[in-house]
Amino acid sequence: MSIKQISVFLENKPGRLDEMISLLAKKNIDIRALSLAETKDFGIARMIVDDAFETANLLRDNNLIANFTSVLAFAVPDEPGGLSKLLSVFTEAKVNIEYMYAFLGNNGGKHAYMIFRVSNTKESEKALVSRGLRPMTEEDISRI
Amino acid sequence: MERYFQPEIECMPREEMIKLQNEKLVKQVRHVWDNVPYYRKKMEEKGVTPDDIKSIDDLHKLPFLSKADLREAYPYGLLGVPLKDAVRIQSTSGTTGKRVVAFYTQKDIDLWEECCARAIVAAGGTDEDVCQVSYGYGLFTGGPGLNGGSHKVGCLTIPTSSGNTDRQIMFINDLHATILCCTPSYAAYLGERMKEMGYGPNDIPLKAGIFGAEAWSEEMRQDIQNTLGIKAYDIYGLTELSGPGVSFECSAQKGMHVNEDHFIAEIIDPDTGEVLPDGTQGELVFTSLDKEAFPLLRYRTRDICTLSREKCTCGRTHVKMAKPRGRSDDMLIIRGVNVFPSQIETVLLNYGYAANYQIIVDRVNMTDTLDVQVEMTPEMFTDNIGEIEAKQKELVDGLKSMLGLKAKVTLVNPKSITRSEGKAVRVIDKRKI
Repeated sequence: MSIKQISVFLENKPGRLDEMISLLAKKNIDIRALSLAETKDFGIARMIVDDAFETANLLRDNNLIANFTSVLAFAVPDEPGGLSKLLSVFTEAKVNIEYMYAFLGNNGGKHAYMIFRVSNTKESEKALVSRGLRPMTEEDISRI
Repeated sequence: MERYFQPEIECMPREEMIKLQNEKLVKQVRHVWDNVPYYRKKMEEKGVTPDDIKSIDDLHKLPFLSKADLREAYPYGLLGVPLKDAVRIQSTSGTTGKRVVAFYTQKDIDLWEECCARAIVAAGGTDEDVCQVSYGYGLFTGGPGLNGGSHKVGCLTIPTSSGNTDRQIMFINDLHATILCCTPSYAAYLGERMKEMGYGPNDIPLKAGIFGAEAWSEEMRQDIQNTLGIKAYDIYGLTELSGPGVSFECSAQKGMHVNEDHFIAEIIDPDTGEVLPDGTQGELVFTSLDKEAFPLLRYRTRDICTLSREKCTCGRTHVKMAKPRGRSDDMLIIRGVNVFPSQIETVLLNYGYAANYQIIVDRVNMTDTLDVQVEMTPEMFTDNIGEIEAKQKELVDGLKSMLGLKAKVTLVNPKSITRSEGKAVRVIDKRKI
Protein backbone atom coordinates (compact mmCIF):
# COMPACT_ATOMS: atom_id res chain seq x y z
CA MET A 1 0.00 0.00 0.00
CA SER A 2 1.39 3.36 -0.92
CA ILE A 3 0.88 6.20 1.53
CA LYS A 4 0.07 9.87 1.00
CA GLN A 5 2.85 12.35 1.22
CA ILE A 6 2.06 16.08 1.14
CA SER A 7 4.25 18.19 -1.12
CA VAL A 8 4.21 21.94 -0.52
CA PHE A 9 5.58 24.69 -2.75
CA LEU A 10 7.83 27.08 -0.83
CA GLU A 11 9.09 30.29 -2.37
CA ASN A 12 12.69 31.11 -1.68
CA LYS A 13 12.36 33.75 1.06
CA PRO A 14 13.40 33.75 4.71
CA GLY A 15 10.59 32.65 7.01
CA ARG A 16 8.50 30.67 4.52
CA LEU A 17 9.17 27.25 6.07
CA ASP A 18 8.55 28.62 9.55
CA GLU A 19 5.26 30.14 8.38
CA MET A 20 4.06 26.82 6.98
CA ILE A 21 5.18 24.71 9.93
CA SER A 22 3.62 27.08 12.46
CA LEU A 23 0.26 26.69 10.68
CA LEU A 24 0.49 22.95 11.31
CA ALA A 25 1.54 23.51 14.92
CA LYS A 26 -1.46 25.71 15.59
CA LYS A 27 -3.78 22.97 14.32
CA ASN A 28 -2.00 20.25 16.31
CA ILE A 29 -0.92 18.39 13.23
CA ASP A 30 1.84 15.88 13.89
CA ILE A 31 4.62 15.75 11.31
CA ARG A 32 5.95 12.18 11.21
CA ALA A 33 8.63 12.75 8.57
CA LEU A 34 9.87 15.80 6.71
CA SER A 35 12.29 16.38 3.88
CA LEU A 36 13.16 19.56 2.06
CA ALA A 37 14.15 19.65 -1.57
CA GLU A 38 15.63 22.89 -2.71
CA THR A 39 16.72 24.55 -5.92
CA LYS A 40 18.26 27.99 -6.07
CA ASP A 41 14.86 29.54 -6.77
CA PHE A 42 12.30 27.59 -4.77
CA GLY A 43 11.82 24.61 -2.51
CA ILE A 44 9.43 21.74 -1.98
CA ALA A 45 8.66 20.48 1.51
CA ARG A 46 7.69 16.81 1.58
CA MET A 47 5.92 15.55 4.65
CA ILE A 48 4.20 12.55 6.12
CA VAL A 49 1.60 13.81 8.60
CA ASP A 50 -1.04 12.21 10.77
CA ASP A 51 -3.94 13.69 8.76
CA ALA A 52 -3.04 14.35 5.13
CA PHE A 53 -6.43 15.73 4.05
CA GLU A 54 -6.80 18.12 6.94
CA THR A 55 -3.24 19.34 6.34
CA ALA A 56 -3.84 19.91 2.64
CA ASN A 57 -7.03 21.87 3.31
CA LEU A 58 -5.35 23.95 5.97
CA LEU A 59 -2.45 24.85 3.70
CA ARG A 60 -4.68 25.66 0.74
CA ASP A 61 -6.89 27.88 2.88
CA ASN A 62 -3.76 29.82 3.72
CA ASN A 63 -2.80 30.39 0.08
CA LEU A 64 -0.15 27.73 -0.07
CA ILE A 65 0.08 25.17 -2.83
CA ALA A 66 -0.01 21.57 -1.62
CA ASN A 67 -0.65 18.31 -3.37
CA PHE A 68 -0.53 14.60 -2.61
CA THR A 69 2.15 12.27 -3.85
CA SER A 70 2.06 8.49 -3.43
CA VAL A 71 5.17 7.14 -1.73
CA LEU A 72 6.21 3.75 -0.41
CA ALA A 73 7.35 3.31 3.20
CA PHE A 74 9.34 0.40 4.59
CA ALA A 75 10.63 -0.50 8.03
CA VAL A 76 14.20 -1.83 8.10
CA PRO A 77 16.15 -3.16 11.08
CA ASP A 78 18.18 -0.32 12.62
CA GLU A 79 21.51 -2.07 12.18
CA PRO A 80 24.43 -2.04 9.71
CA GLY A 81 23.33 -3.45 6.38
CA GLY A 82 19.61 -2.94 7.06
CA LEU A 83 19.03 -0.49 4.22
CA SER A 84 21.38 -2.34 1.92
CA LYS A 85 19.27 -5.51 2.12
CA LEU A 86 16.16 -3.56 1.25
CA LEU A 87 17.78 -1.80 -1.67
CA SER A 88 19.10 -4.99 -3.17
CA VAL A 89 15.47 -6.11 -3.54
CA PHE A 90 14.72 -2.81 -5.31
CA THR A 91 17.56 -3.49 -7.72
CA GLU A 92 16.41 -7.02 -8.35
CA ALA A 93 12.87 -5.75 -9.02
CA LYS A 94 14.30 -3.03 -11.32
CA VAL A 95 12.57 -0.30 -9.31
CA ASN A 96 13.82 3.21 -9.99
CA ILE A 97 14.06 5.54 -6.98
CA GLU A 98 13.41 9.23 -7.62
CA TYR A 99 14.14 10.32 -4.08
CA MET A 100 14.06 8.97 -0.55
CA TYR A 101 14.31 10.08 3.04
CA ALA A 102 14.38 8.36 6.40
CA PHE A 103 12.99 8.81 9.87
CA LEU A 104 13.37 6.97 13.19
CA GLY A 105 10.16 6.73 15.35
CA ASN A 106 9.70 5.94 19.01
CA ASN A 107 10.38 2.22 18.92
CA GLY A 108 13.43 1.88 21.06
CA GLY A 109 15.79 1.86 18.11
CA LYS A 110 14.67 -1.45 16.62
CA HIS A 111 13.63 -0.06 13.26
CA ALA A 112 14.32 2.79 10.92
CA TYR A 113 11.73 3.89 8.37
CA MET A 114 12.42 4.69 4.76
CA ILE A 115 10.15 6.72 2.48
CA PHE A 116 10.62 6.17 -1.25
CA ARG A 117 9.28 8.01 -4.24
CA VAL A 118 9.62 5.55 -7.13
CA SER A 119 8.79 5.64 -10.82
CA ASN A 120 5.54 3.83 -11.72
CA THR A 121 4.43 3.45 -8.11
CA LYS A 122 1.80 0.73 -8.68
CA GLU A 123 3.95 -1.59 -10.78
CA SER A 124 6.98 -1.06 -8.62
CA GLU A 125 4.95 -1.88 -5.55
CA LYS A 126 3.74 -5.12 -7.15
CA ALA A 127 7.28 -6.14 -8.06
CA LEU A 128 8.48 -5.50 -4.52
CA VAL A 129 5.56 -7.32 -2.87
CA SER A 130 6.11 -10.37 -5.10
CA ARG A 131 9.65 -10.48 -3.69
CA GLY A 132 8.38 -10.62 -0.15
CA LEU A 133 8.53 -6.96 0.92
CA ARG A 134 5.60 -5.43 2.71
CA PRO A 135 5.14 -1.64 2.31
CA MET A 136 3.75 0.06 5.41
CA THR A 137 0.16 1.31 5.46
CA GLU A 138 -0.96 4.65 6.84
CA GLU A 139 -2.19 2.76 9.88
CA ASP A 140 1.26 1.25 10.42
CA ILE A 141 2.76 4.72 10.32
CA SER A 142 0.28 6.10 12.81
CA ARG A 143 1.19 3.35 15.27
CA ILE A 144 4.89 4.18 15.27
CA MET B 1 -27.31 45.29 -35.31
CA GLU B 2 -24.72 47.93 -34.38
CA ARG B 3 -26.08 50.72 -32.24
CA TYR B 4 -24.67 54.22 -31.85
CA PHE B 5 -25.11 56.97 -29.29
CA GLN B 6 -24.78 59.74 -31.90
CA PRO B 7 -24.97 58.01 -35.30
CA GLU B 8 -24.88 61.26 -37.30
CA ILE B 9 -21.47 62.03 -35.81
CA GLU B 10 -20.05 58.55 -35.30
CA CYS B 11 -20.80 57.54 -38.92
CA MET B 12 -20.23 60.97 -40.50
CA PRO B 13 -18.74 60.76 -44.01
CA ARG B 14 -15.05 61.65 -44.11
CA GLU B 15 -15.43 64.87 -46.17
CA GLU B 16 -17.98 66.25 -43.73
CA MET B 17 -15.74 65.36 -40.79
CA ILE B 18 -12.77 67.18 -42.37
CA LYS B 19 -14.97 70.21 -42.93
CA LEU B 20 -16.12 70.11 -39.30
CA GLN B 21 -12.56 69.72 -38.02
CA ASN B 22 -11.35 72.62 -40.22
CA GLU B 23 -13.97 74.96 -38.81
CA LYS B 24 -13.41 73.88 -35.21
CA LEU B 25 -9.62 74.06 -35.45
CA VAL B 26 -9.58 77.63 -36.78
CA LYS B 27 -11.90 78.68 -33.96
CA GLN B 28 -9.97 76.76 -31.29
CA VAL B 29 -6.57 78.21 -32.29
CA ARG B 30 -8.06 81.68 -32.02
CA HIS B 31 -9.53 80.85 -28.59
CA VAL B 32 -6.14 79.62 -27.33
CA TRP B 33 -4.27 82.62 -28.79
CA ASP B 34 -6.66 85.01 -27.10
CA ASN B 35 -6.93 83.25 -23.73
CA VAL B 36 -3.85 81.13 -23.03
CA PRO B 37 -0.72 83.34 -22.89
CA TYR B 38 1.48 80.31 -22.19
CA TYR B 39 0.67 78.75 -25.58
CA ARG B 40 0.53 82.09 -27.38
CA LYS B 41 4.14 82.62 -26.38
CA LYS B 42 5.04 79.22 -27.83
CA MET B 43 3.31 80.16 -31.11
CA GLU B 44 5.10 83.49 -31.22
CA GLU B 45 8.44 81.77 -30.65
CA LYS B 46 7.67 79.57 -33.65
CA GLY B 47 6.48 82.57 -35.68
CA VAL B 48 2.93 81.26 -36.07
CA THR B 49 -0.26 83.32 -35.70
CA PRO B 50 -3.90 82.19 -35.88
CA ASP B 51 -4.01 83.54 -39.46
CA ASP B 52 -1.58 80.80 -40.52
CA ILE B 53 -4.04 78.08 -39.49
CA LYS B 54 -6.74 77.82 -42.13
CA SER B 55 -7.43 74.08 -42.04
CA ILE B 56 -6.21 70.84 -40.48
CA ASP B 57 -3.52 70.74 -43.18
CA ASP B 58 -1.83 73.57 -41.26
CA LEU B 59 -1.88 71.68 -37.95
CA HIS B 60 1.79 70.68 -38.26
CA LYS B 61 2.78 74.35 -38.02
CA LEU B 62 1.63 74.55 -34.40
CA PRO B 63 4.06 73.91 -31.53
CA PHE B 64 3.75 70.81 -29.35
CA LEU B 65 2.74 70.74 -25.73
CA SER B 66 4.31 68.17 -23.45
CA LYS B 67 3.74 66.95 -19.93
CA ALA B 68 6.68 69.14 -18.90
CA ASP B 69 4.75 72.19 -20.17
CA LEU B 70 1.75 71.15 -18.09
CA ARG B 71 3.91 70.89 -15.00
CA GLU B 72 5.54 74.23 -15.71
CA ALA B 73 2.18 75.92 -16.22
CA TYR B 74 0.75 74.34 -13.05
CA PRO B 75 -1.69 75.23 -11.67
CA TYR B 76 -3.50 77.89 -13.70
CA GLY B 77 -1.15 78.60 -16.61
CA LEU B 78 -3.19 76.75 -19.25
CA LEU B 79 -6.67 77.66 -18.02
CA GLY B 80 -8.55 78.94 -21.08
CA VAL B 81 -11.58 80.57 -19.46
CA PRO B 82 -12.27 82.99 -16.59
CA LEU B 83 -12.51 81.18 -13.24
CA LYS B 84 -16.23 81.89 -13.06
CA ASP B 85 -16.81 79.66 -16.10
CA ALA B 86 -14.70 76.71 -14.89
CA VAL B 87 -16.72 74.26 -12.79
CA ARG B 88 -14.41 71.34 -12.03
CA ILE B 89 -10.89 70.01 -11.98
CA GLN B 90 -9.64 66.45 -12.39
CA SER B 91 -6.08 65.40 -11.81
CA THR B 92 -3.64 62.71 -12.85
CA SER B 93 -2.39 60.16 -10.36
CA GLY B 94 0.98 61.90 -10.21
CA THR B 95 2.87 58.60 -10.18
CA THR B 96 5.43 59.91 -12.65
CA GLY B 97 6.04 63.22 -10.97
CA LYS B 98 4.13 66.36 -10.09
CA ARG B 99 0.39 66.17 -10.55
CA VAL B 100 -1.26 67.66 -13.60
CA VAL B 101 -4.52 69.52 -13.07
CA ALA B 102 -7.08 69.85 -15.88
CA PHE B 103 -10.08 72.20 -15.89
CA TYR B 104 -13.62 71.80 -17.22
CA THR B 105 -16.52 74.07 -18.04
CA GLN B 106 -19.99 72.54 -17.84
CA LYS B 107 -19.92 72.15 -21.63
CA ASP B 108 -16.55 70.35 -21.41
CA ILE B 109 -18.04 67.90 -18.93
CA ASP B 110 -21.11 67.30 -21.10
CA LEU B 111 -19.02 66.56 -24.19
CA TRP B 112 -16.70 64.30 -22.21
CA GLU B 113 -19.64 62.34 -20.82
CA GLU B 114 -21.06 62.02 -24.32
CA CYS B 115 -17.78 60.44 -25.43
CA CYS B 116 -18.10 57.91 -22.59
CA ALA B 117 -21.73 57.31 -23.55
CA ARG B 118 -20.59 56.47 -27.10
CA ALA B 119 -18.23 53.87 -25.61
CA ILE B 120 -20.96 52.32 -23.48
CA VAL B 121 -23.38 52.07 -26.42
CA ALA B 122 -20.61 50.61 -28.61
CA ALA B 123 -20.18 47.92 -25.93
CA GLY B 124 -23.88 47.09 -26.31
CA GLY B 125 -25.22 49.31 -23.51
CA THR B 126 -28.80 50.63 -23.52
CA ASP B 127 -31.09 52.30 -20.99
CA GLU B 128 -32.11 48.78 -19.90
CA ASP B 129 -28.62 48.05 -18.60
CA VAL B 130 -27.25 48.17 -15.08
CA CYS B 131 -23.78 49.67 -15.22
CA GLN B 132 -21.37 49.26 -12.29
CA VAL B 133 -18.61 51.86 -12.26
CA SER B 134 -15.72 50.43 -10.27
CA TYR B 135 -13.17 52.98 -11.39
CA GLY B 136 -12.05 55.31 -8.62
CA TYR B 137 -14.16 58.43 -8.14
CA GLY B 138 -12.61 61.70 -7.13
CA LEU B 139 -9.65 63.36 -8.81
CA PHE B 140 -9.16 60.34 -11.09
CA THR B 141 -11.18 60.71 -14.29
CA GLY B 142 -12.22 57.05 -14.59
CA GLY B 143 -15.14 57.12 -12.15
CA PRO B 144 -16.64 60.53 -12.98
CA GLY B 145 -16.29 59.98 -16.77
CA LEU B 146 -17.99 56.60 -17.00
CA ASN B 147 -20.51 57.62 -14.36
CA GLY B 148 -21.57 60.56 -16.53
CA GLY B 149 -21.56 58.45 -19.68
CA SER B 150 -23.71 55.82 -18.00
CA HIS B 151 -26.25 58.50 -17.00
CA LYS B 152 -26.34 59.88 -20.54
CA VAL B 153 -27.11 56.41 -21.93
CA GLY B 154 -29.76 56.00 -19.26
CA CYS B 155 -28.26 52.93 -17.60
CA LEU B 156 -29.02 52.32 -13.95
CA THR B 157 -25.65 53.38 -12.56
CA ILE B 158 -23.98 51.75 -9.53
CA PRO B 159 -21.24 54.12 -8.37
CA THR B 160 -19.26 51.62 -6.29
CA SER B 161 -15.93 53.31 -7.02
CA SER B 162 -12.89 51.08 -6.50
CA GLY B 163 -12.15 48.83 -3.56
CA ASN B 164 -14.09 46.56 -1.21
CA THR B 165 -14.08 43.66 -3.63
CA ASP B 166 -16.65 41.52 -1.84
CA ARG B 167 -19.12 44.39 -1.88
CA GLN B 168 -18.46 44.88 -5.60
CA ILE B 169 -19.33 41.24 -6.19
CA MET B 170 -22.43 41.47 -4.03
CA PHE B 171 -23.76 44.40 -6.09
CA ILE B 172 -22.96 42.71 -9.39
CA ASN B 173 -25.01 39.68 -8.30
CA ASP B 174 -27.80 41.31 -6.30
CA LEU B 175 -28.55 44.11 -8.76
CA HIS B 176 -27.76 42.03 -11.86
CA ALA B 177 -25.14 44.41 -13.19
CA THR B 178 -24.68 43.84 -16.92
CA ILE B 179 -21.82 46.27 -17.63
CA LEU B 180 -18.66 46.67 -15.58
CA CYS B 181 -16.29 49.64 -15.89
CA CYS B 182 -12.87 49.44 -14.20
CA THR B 183 -9.18 48.93 -14.91
CA PRO B 184 -8.34 45.63 -16.63
CA SER B 185 -6.19 44.51 -13.71
CA TYR B 186 -9.09 45.03 -11.32
CA ALA B 187 -11.44 43.18 -13.68
CA ALA B 188 -9.00 40.26 -13.65
CA TYR B 189 -8.92 40.37 -9.87
CA LEU B 190 -12.72 40.45 -9.59
CA GLY B 191 -12.81 37.48 -11.96
CA GLU B 192 -10.27 35.57 -9.89
CA ARG B 193 -12.19 36.27 -6.66
CA MET B 194 -15.53 35.25 -8.18
CA LYS B 195 -14.03 32.04 -9.52
CA GLU B 196 -12.77 31.24 -6.01
CA MET B 197 -16.24 31.87 -4.67
CA GLY B 198 -17.51 29.27 -7.10
CA TYR B 199 -19.04 31.45 -9.82
CA GLY B 200 -18.67 30.14 -13.35
CA PRO B 201 -18.86 32.53 -16.33
CA ASN B 202 -22.55 31.66 -16.82
CA ASP B 203 -23.47 32.48 -13.23
CA ILE B 204 -22.26 36.08 -13.53
CA PRO B 205 -24.89 38.52 -14.87
CA LEU B 206 -22.30 40.77 -16.55
CA LYS B 207 -22.29 40.81 -20.36
CA ALA B 208 -19.76 43.52 -21.17
CA GLY B 209 -16.86 45.34 -19.59
CA ILE B 210 -15.25 48.67 -20.46
CA PHE B 211 -11.69 48.55 -19.27
CA GLY B 212 -8.96 51.16 -19.58
CA ALA B 213 -6.51 53.50 -17.83
CA GLU B 214 -3.61 51.06 -18.18
CA ALA B 215 -2.00 49.02 -20.93
CA TRP B 216 -3.26 45.44 -21.23
CA SER B 217 -2.62 42.66 -23.67
CA GLU B 218 -4.92 40.79 -26.04
CA GLU B 219 -4.24 37.63 -24.02
CA MET B 220 -5.41 39.34 -20.86
CA ARG B 221 -8.61 40.31 -22.71
CA GLN B 222 -9.28 36.67 -23.58
CA ASP B 223 -8.63 35.67 -20.00
CA ILE B 224 -11.04 38.24 -18.55
CA GLN B 225 -13.68 37.41 -21.17
CA ASN B 226 -13.51 33.71 -20.30
CA THR B 227 -13.55 34.13 -16.51
CA LEU B 228 -16.37 36.67 -16.37
CA GLY B 229 -18.27 35.42 -19.42
CA ILE B 230 -18.33 38.88 -21.03
CA LYS B 231 -17.07 40.84 -24.00
CA ALA B 232 -14.26 43.11 -22.81
CA TYR B 233 -13.86 46.48 -24.56
CA ASP B 234 -10.90 48.81 -24.38
CA ILE B 235 -11.32 52.52 -23.71
CA TYR B 236 -8.61 55.15 -23.91
CA GLY B 237 -8.16 58.64 -22.65
CA LEU B 238 -6.04 61.11 -20.75
CA THR B 239 -6.95 63.54 -18.02
CA GLU B 240 -5.16 66.23 -20.02
CA LEU B 241 -7.71 65.85 -22.85
CA SER B 242 -10.80 65.10 -20.72
CA GLY B 243 -10.45 61.53 -19.44
CA PRO B 244 -11.64 58.15 -20.71
CA GLY B 245 -13.52 58.28 -23.99
CA VAL B 246 -10.97 60.03 -26.19
CA SER B 247 -11.24 56.75 -28.09
CA PHE B 248 -13.10 53.49 -27.54
CA GLU B 249 -13.56 50.05 -28.99
CA CYS B 250 -16.55 48.92 -31.05
CA SER B 251 -17.99 45.45 -31.69
CA ALA B 252 -15.02 44.66 -33.95
CA GLN B 253 -12.75 44.74 -30.85
CA LYS B 254 -9.90 45.70 -33.09
CA GLY B 255 -8.58 49.15 -32.37
CA MET B 256 -10.28 52.17 -30.79
CA HIS B 257 -12.24 54.83 -32.70
CA VAL B 258 -11.00 58.32 -31.86
CA ASN B 259 -13.84 60.78 -31.27
CA GLU B 260 -12.67 62.89 -34.18
CA ASP B 261 -15.33 65.54 -33.84
CA HIS B 262 -13.58 66.51 -30.58
CA PHE B 263 -9.98 65.38 -31.06
CA ILE B 264 -7.55 65.32 -33.98
CA ALA B 265 -5.07 62.47 -33.71
CA GLU B 266 -1.58 62.55 -35.26
CA ILE B 267 1.32 60.12 -35.10
CA ILE B 268 4.75 61.70 -34.94
CA ASP B 269 8.33 60.55 -34.84
CA PRO B 270 9.10 61.01 -31.12
CA ASP B 271 12.67 62.10 -31.88
CA THR B 272 12.16 64.57 -34.74
CA GLY B 273 8.54 65.61 -34.19
CA GLU B 274 7.82 64.94 -37.86
CA VAL B 275 4.27 63.77 -38.69
CA LEU B 276 4.19 60.14 -39.87
CA PRO B 277 1.72 58.56 -42.32
CA ASP B 278 -1.17 56.36 -41.10
CA GLY B 279 -0.06 52.84 -40.27
CA THR B 280 3.38 53.90 -39.06
CA GLN B 281 4.21 53.40 -35.41
CA GLY B 282 5.04 56.54 -33.48
CA GLU B 283 3.97 58.82 -30.66
CA LEU B 284 0.33 59.77 -30.47
CA VAL B 285 -0.44 63.51 -30.43
CA PHE B 286 -3.89 65.02 -29.81
CA THR B 287 -5.42 68.40 -30.50
CA SER B 288 -8.61 69.05 -28.61
CA LEU B 289 -11.13 70.92 -30.75
CA ASP B 290 -13.89 71.69 -28.28
CA LYS B 291 -12.33 71.98 -24.86
CA GLU B 292 -12.94 75.44 -23.45
CA ALA B 293 -11.30 75.38 -20.02
CA PHE B 294 -8.22 73.30 -20.89
CA PRO B 295 -7.75 73.65 -24.64
CA LEU B 296 -4.60 71.68 -25.45
CA LEU B 297 -3.20 71.86 -28.97
CA ARG B 298 -0.85 69.17 -30.23
CA TYR B 299 -0.41 67.49 -26.87
CA ARG B 300 2.20 64.73 -26.88
CA THR B 301 0.75 61.69 -25.10
CA ARG B 302 3.99 59.64 -24.98
CA ASP B 303 1.82 56.68 -26.04
CA ILE B 304 3.32 54.62 -28.82
CA CYS B 305 0.83 53.25 -31.36
CA THR B 306 -0.47 53.37 -34.93
CA LEU B 307 -3.54 54.90 -36.62
CA SER B 308 -5.69 53.15 -39.20
CA ARG B 309 -8.28 54.52 -41.61
CA GLU B 310 -9.37 51.11 -42.86
CA LYS B 311 -13.14 50.77 -43.11
CA CYS B 312 -14.52 49.31 -39.89
CA THR B 313 -17.21 46.61 -39.84
CA CYS B 314 -19.14 48.55 -37.17
CA GLY B 315 -19.99 51.40 -39.57
CA ARG B 316 -18.17 54.11 -37.62
CA THR B 317 -16.03 56.33 -39.81
CA HIS B 318 -13.72 57.73 -37.14
CA VAL B 319 -10.04 56.84 -37.37
CA LYS B 320 -8.92 53.90 -35.23
CA MET B 321 -5.85 53.77 -33.00
CA ALA B 322 -4.20 50.51 -32.06
CA LYS B 323 -3.88 49.53 -28.43
CA PRO B 324 -0.85 51.50 -27.24
CA ARG B 325 1.99 49.20 -26.31
CA GLY B 326 2.31 51.30 -23.21
CA ARG B 327 3.15 54.87 -22.36
CA SER B 328 6.69 55.71 -23.22
CA ASP B 329 7.10 56.25 -19.44
CA ASP B 330 6.09 52.59 -18.87
CA MET B 331 8.79 51.51 -21.26
CA LEU B 332 11.84 50.14 -19.53
CA ILE B 333 15.25 50.24 -21.07
CA ILE B 334 17.07 47.15 -19.83
CA ARG B 335 20.57 46.51 -21.07
CA GLY B 336 19.75 48.87 -23.92
CA VAL B 337 16.64 46.92 -24.97
CA ASN B 338 13.17 48.53 -24.93
CA VAL B 339 10.82 46.45 -22.82
CA PHE B 340 7.11 47.05 -22.29
CA PRO B 341 5.45 45.31 -19.33
CA SER B 342 2.62 44.32 -21.69
CA GLN B 343 5.06 42.14 -23.67
CA ILE B 344 5.96 40.23 -20.54
CA GLU B 345 2.27 39.82 -19.72
CA THR B 346 1.65 38.34 -23.17
CA VAL B 347 4.30 35.68 -22.62
CA LEU B 348 3.03 34.78 -19.15
CA LEU B 349 -0.54 34.31 -20.32
CA ASN B 350 0.64 32.30 -23.34
CA TYR B 351 2.37 29.87 -21.00
CA GLY B 352 -0.68 29.43 -18.80
CA TYR B 353 0.22 31.72 -15.92
CA ALA B 354 -2.16 34.28 -14.45
CA ALA B 355 -1.70 37.99 -15.10
CA ASN B 356 -0.42 38.44 -11.56
CA TYR B 357 3.17 39.40 -11.92
CA GLN B 358 5.72 41.95 -10.92
CA ILE B 359 8.80 43.03 -12.80
CA ILE B 360 11.83 43.91 -10.73
CA VAL B 361 14.64 45.72 -12.46
CA ASP B 362 17.92 46.26 -10.69
CA ARG B 363 21.53 46.95 -11.50
CA VAL B 364 24.13 44.52 -10.18
CA ASN B 365 27.81 45.00 -11.04
CA MET B 366 26.96 47.62 -13.66
CA THR B 367 24.58 45.23 -15.45
CA ASP B 368 20.80 45.54 -15.50
CA THR B 369 18.90 42.56 -14.16
CA LEU B 370 15.32 41.69 -14.98
CA ASP B 371 13.45 39.50 -12.52
CA VAL B 372 9.92 38.48 -13.42
CA GLN B 373 8.02 37.31 -10.36
CA VAL B 374 5.11 35.04 -11.15
CA GLU B 375 2.71 33.32 -8.84
CA MET B 376 2.84 29.54 -8.75
CA THR B 377 -0.56 27.98 -9.47
CA PRO B 378 -1.96 24.66 -8.20
CA GLU B 379 -2.23 23.53 -11.85
CA MET B 380 1.48 24.17 -12.41
CA PHE B 381 2.73 22.61 -9.21
CA THR B 382 4.07 19.09 -9.11
CA ASP B 383 6.23 17.18 -6.63
CA ASN B 384 8.82 16.78 -9.36
CA ILE B 385 11.49 19.51 -9.27
CA GLY B 386 12.68 18.67 -12.77
CA GLU B 387 9.23 19.36 -14.22
CA ILE B 388 8.90 22.69 -12.45
CA GLU B 389 12.36 23.72 -13.56
CA ALA B 390 11.54 22.72 -17.12
CA LYS B 391 8.46 24.96 -17.02
CA GLN B 392 10.53 27.77 -15.57
CA LYS B 393 13.02 27.38 -18.37
CA GLU B 394 10.23 27.36 -20.96
CA LEU B 395 9.14 30.72 -19.60
CA VAL B 396 12.68 32.10 -19.60
CA ASP B 397 13.01 31.02 -23.25
CA GLY B 398 9.62 32.52 -24.12
CA LEU B 399 10.63 35.84 -22.57
CA LYS B 400 13.96 35.70 -24.34
CA SER B 401 12.37 35.27 -27.75
CA MET B 402 9.80 38.04 -27.07
CA LEU B 403 12.18 40.58 -25.52
CA GLY B 404 15.55 39.53 -26.88
CA LEU B 405 16.74 39.62 -23.31
CA LYS B 406 17.46 37.02 -20.66
CA ALA B 407 15.18 37.38 -17.68
CA LYS B 408 15.16 35.53 -14.42
CA VAL B 409 11.84 33.94 -13.49
CA THR B 410 11.03 33.65 -9.80
CA LEU B 411 8.06 31.58 -8.71
CA VAL B 412 6.33 33.04 -5.69
CA ASN B 413 3.46 31.97 -3.45
CA PRO B 414 -0.13 32.42 -4.66
CA LYS B 415 -1.69 35.76 -3.62
CA SER B 416 1.70 37.14 -2.63
CA ILE B 417 1.64 39.79 -5.35
CA THR B 418 -0.57 42.61 -4.18
CA ARG B 419 -3.83 42.91 -6.11
CA SER B 420 -4.61 46.38 -7.30
CA GLU B 421 -7.94 48.12 -7.18
CA GLY B 422 -6.83 50.80 -9.59
CA LYS B 423 -3.76 50.87 -11.76
CA ALA B 424 -1.59 47.83 -11.07
CA VAL B 425 1.98 48.34 -9.92
CA ARG B 426 3.78 46.09 -12.38
CA VAL B 427 7.27 47.46 -12.27
CA ILE B 428 9.70 48.05 -9.44
CA ASP B 429 12.81 49.72 -10.77
CA LYS B 430 15.52 49.65 -8.12
CA ARG B 431 18.26 51.02 -10.36
CA LYS B 432 19.93 54.16 -9.17
CA ILE B 433 20.97 55.96 -12.29
